[in-house]
Amino acid sequence: MQLTIPIINFSAFYSEIVICAFALVILMAQVLAKPSQNSLGYVAFIGVLIALVINVYVPSAMGTQAVESTFSGLWVLDNYSRFFKLIFLVGTGLTILISIKYIKQEAMPPGEYYAMLLMATLGMMIMASGADLMPIFLGIELMSISLYVLTGYARTRLISNEAALKYFLLGSFATGFLLYGIALLYGATGTTRIQGIFAFISQNTNNHHIILIGMALLVIGFGFKLAAVPFHMWTPDVYEGAPAPITAFMSAGPKAAAFAAFLRVFLEALPAMHDQWVMILWWLAVLTMSVGNIIALVQDNIKRMLAYSSIAHAGYVLVGFVAGGQLGTPGILFYMLAYTLMNIGAFAIITYLGGTNEARITVKDYAGLGYQYPIAAVALSLFLFSLAGIPPTAGFMGKFYLFSAAIDAGYLGLAIIGVLNSVVSVYFYLKVTVSLYMKSPEMQSTPGNVASLPAVFAPMLMVAVLISACGVLGLGILPEKYITLVQSSQLMLP
Amino acid sequence: MNIAQIPILSITTYLPLAGIVLICCMSGKRHDLIRWTAFLTTVATFVVSLPIYFGFDASTWQMQFVENVPWIERFGINYHMGVDGISMLLVMLTTFLSALAVLSTWSAVKESVKAYMISLLLLEVGMLGVFCALDFFLFYVFWEVMLIPMYFIIGIWGGPRRIYAAVKFFIYTMSGSVLMLVAILSLYFMMHKATGQYTFDILKYHELNLPAGTQFWMFLAFFLAFAIKVPMFPFHTWLPDAHVEAPTAGSVILAGVLLKMGTYGFLRFNLPMFPQATIQFVPFIFCLAVIGIVYGAFVSLAQDDIKKMVAYSSVSHLGYVMLGMFALNVEGIEGSTIQMINHGLSTGALFLIVGMLYERRHTRLISEYGGLMKVMPLFATLFLVVCFSSIGVPGLNGFIGELLILIGAFKASVPFASVAMLGLLLGAVYLLWMYKRVMYGPITNEENRHLKDMTVREIAYLVPILVFIVWIGVAPKTFLNKMHTTVAHLIEQVNADKTLAKTTDYATDHTNN
Repeated sequence: MQLTIPIINFSAFYSEIVICAFALVILMAQVLAKPSQNSLGYVAFIGVLIALVINVYVPSAMGTQAVESTFSGLWVLDNYSRFFKLIFLVGTGLTILISIKYIKQEAMPPGEYYAMLLMATLGMMIMASGADLMPIFLGIELMSISLYVLTGYARTRLISNEAALKYFLLGSFATGFLLYGIALLYGATGTTRIQGIFAFISQNTNNHHIILIGMALLVIGFGFKLAAVPFHMWTPDVYEGAPAPITAFMSAGPKAAAFAAFLRVFLEALPAMHDQWVMILWWLAVLTMSVGNIIALVQDNIKRMLAYSSIAHAGYVLVGFVAGGQLGTPGILFYMLAYTLMNIGAFAIITYLGGTNEARITVKDYAGLGYQYPIAAVALSLFLFSLAGIPPTAGFMGKFYLFSAAIDAGYLGLAIIGVLNSVVSVYFYLKVTVSLYMKSPEMQSTPGNVASLPAVFAPMLMVAVLISACGVLGLGILPEKYITLVQSSQLMLP
Repeated sequence: MNIAQIPILSITTYLPLAGIVLICCMSGKRHDLIRWTAFLTTVATFVVSLPIYFGFDASTWQMQFVENVPWIERFGINYHMGVDGISMLLVMLTTFLSALAVLSTWSAVKESVKAYMISLLLLEVGMLGVFCALDFFLFYVFWEVMLIPMYFIIGIWGGPRRIYAAVKFFIYTMSGSVLMLVAILSLYFMMHKATGQYTFDILKYHELNLPAGTQFWMFLAFFLAFAIKVPMFPFHTWLPDAHVEAPTAGSVILAGVLLKMGTYGFLRFNLPMFPQATIQFVPFIFCLAVIGIVYGAFVSLAQDDIKKMVAYSSVSHLGYVMLGMFALNVEGIEGSTIQMINHGLSTGALFLIVGMLYERRHTRLISEYGGLMKVMPLFATLFLVVCFSSIGVPGLNGFIGELLILIGAFKASVPFASVAMLGLLLGAVYLLWMYKRVMYGPITNEENRHLKDMTVREIAYLVPILVFIVWIGVAPKTFLNKMHTTVAHLIEQVNADKTLAKTTDYATDHTNN
């Protein structure tokens, strides 16, 4: 028997190689070189920057319709995956900037932290580029396991440990569903290749029961990763317990990655089941938006509140998924980029205002901070208004995109539920600005204790905030070139 | 360069932004410098907006001073600005009242002056944008942007229940406008189906003939957004809270300009875009308008807080505006447009006056006052003129507006107009009764004995309003002429469809026979 080794087209995964190499170098450097606290963070950031540049400009500039495929079709580099990788890398880069001071202030070992962060990013990139269920699964696992570790990274904090354990247990349970789904699809179609599954279904039109069950299990598996209701139970605890920069990271990149794989599998492999899954997703979208927003109304802990808000935002994105069509997928791409910027921006400020050991964390603790930290408060308000979907911000433009997709596709009801949900969400986003500007520090829950707590000044964090703020306003006021980009990054449907 | 090519509307709209940038560079402690910068910015904006009034060509209904450049081409979104006879007057009202509003809070706001002035200027940008925008997307952006500064003005510098009022204001307005957004998007795709082009250009939608069923739902969605803003009964409950809690300048802007955004919306969107639905909805709107007029007047009568009384009187006055507008004849619509301006002037002035009293005594309860005429004679005179203007005494602006509206309303429906007359009577009762209790009689409260009469600054911001109150009252033609062609065209747009519908009705009758 002769083993043929397929020709590997390295140009399809240069940026992954960079991320992987930097992760390993950082890991080794921590052991061998004993570098200073900050330097590893800068190294990781440079790695992300290089990967970002490669992703956008190599092999050809993003937006041109080049598709590279390698590993005999297991891996594909198209505009779709490149746009998602842009989102991941922006998210990771901003997270690193936020983390540099935080890691030092909380006395956490930096080596594993940045290595894990880059490994999670690598996992997400594999998810976006996988053209087969196996690499997608591999990517999900790489991402998730890194995240389990990062969630519990504040070892001395009980709540962090609890969150990590919960995340791990529930996450592995959900992975089981995903794997079952993949197994059933493989059993029914004889392949895990996305194109193969599509080809099989279109050739054999009868008896799709097993495929349908497999599809339902995949919905559960992906639904867990993107925190769709009713698979969202882990989200609030994990977001609350994880270190704030990790919460920022988790709420943006991994969610986008889950959508990247979800969309690719369902739109490219299972378009024949469109009628069935669109119905499931319709309900999923409605539930996710409504439950997320309504429960967020009563949260006091700001991290927990943003956890529910992030659930709700997954719901808005699902609206775009249901709508599909010419506007749906680009809408999702646009929204995920906007969401990454505004959410990480908000978490950056929360990290900043939180102080040592994240002591300032409830909405009440924020009373009067608008006058103590005017710039941070203005930035936080900007991000929150963007999350609420008020123009002229990225959040508005994104919602505009998604809801117009829904209306174009005839889902008027879904669009109305969506916009009413954003009215509900305004209430809890406003609650924070009320606290910041309209209450005096005496109204803080534990007077004297938290009020005098100084925010830890971190120059790199401020850079991250500045980048996010410019992004939020740029996407909101001059979105033309991003719209062109997302439209050329659509999934090429078979 | 031709004068028509200067983007005068954009300059006017964004000039306050320049003031914001300047103020941002200043130290927050230099209150007077910040106040002067803000005031001079608003004055400059008013001066810059003057050419819009004087250069306006009243002989055409076409949009003027048009600026139209692509913004987001892929969606057919343009940066399209322009004014017609109706919006031009509202732009002037906005620049005029904004300058006075800044002047009025010189001493009332002492904390975070910097943020306050920035909010006021940002608010002006939003309001001017709403009146100038001729692109749905642009319109919506301005419409929502304006919520944020107003929310902060009420919430930070307002009265004791300010947080409740601010949040209520924000959520109420937003719930109406998001449904309007859905309607706008639906129209956008209908436009594409009908004509094959993606565009948000408002003027193109005026020519889109929609089926009656669609018109009904679209009208309803826009109605909700604007009715909340106006506010029409029963969507008015945010108004008393917001008005009473807002600081004086906030109330002036809120009553003077923000409410007009609702009525303007009806004129710009509902009437020309959904003519058939408009005619269908006339009885319904008449009903709500008349209820608003009478209910607002009765509730005003029962208030013991002057500011609350003025707030409820707005519900009543805006009822007239709606009544005149949906009379759908020249008198009605012209009356309702001039009444928008009138209400902005006289209610704005009333809020300013309440502000003066509040600054002196820190109370707004009618029972705390009495006999002020003896200590503040000048104040008493000007207050009386403003009250007369609000009541509609001949020779002042209110009379012109109300008269035209009632002529229009009587032409459209005698029963509704007759009930609306009741509001006129009640208007005189609650205002004069309040005036009597505050100004006449013996001085019952010792604290009132040494109140200062109006200061120079107070005279400076009240007298300009009085000038216009008298001007509109004596020579309304100056302003009516400006809008005449526009209004005539608007009525043509609504009625063209009515005659069309009628002829088709006759045609079907004929075939049936």
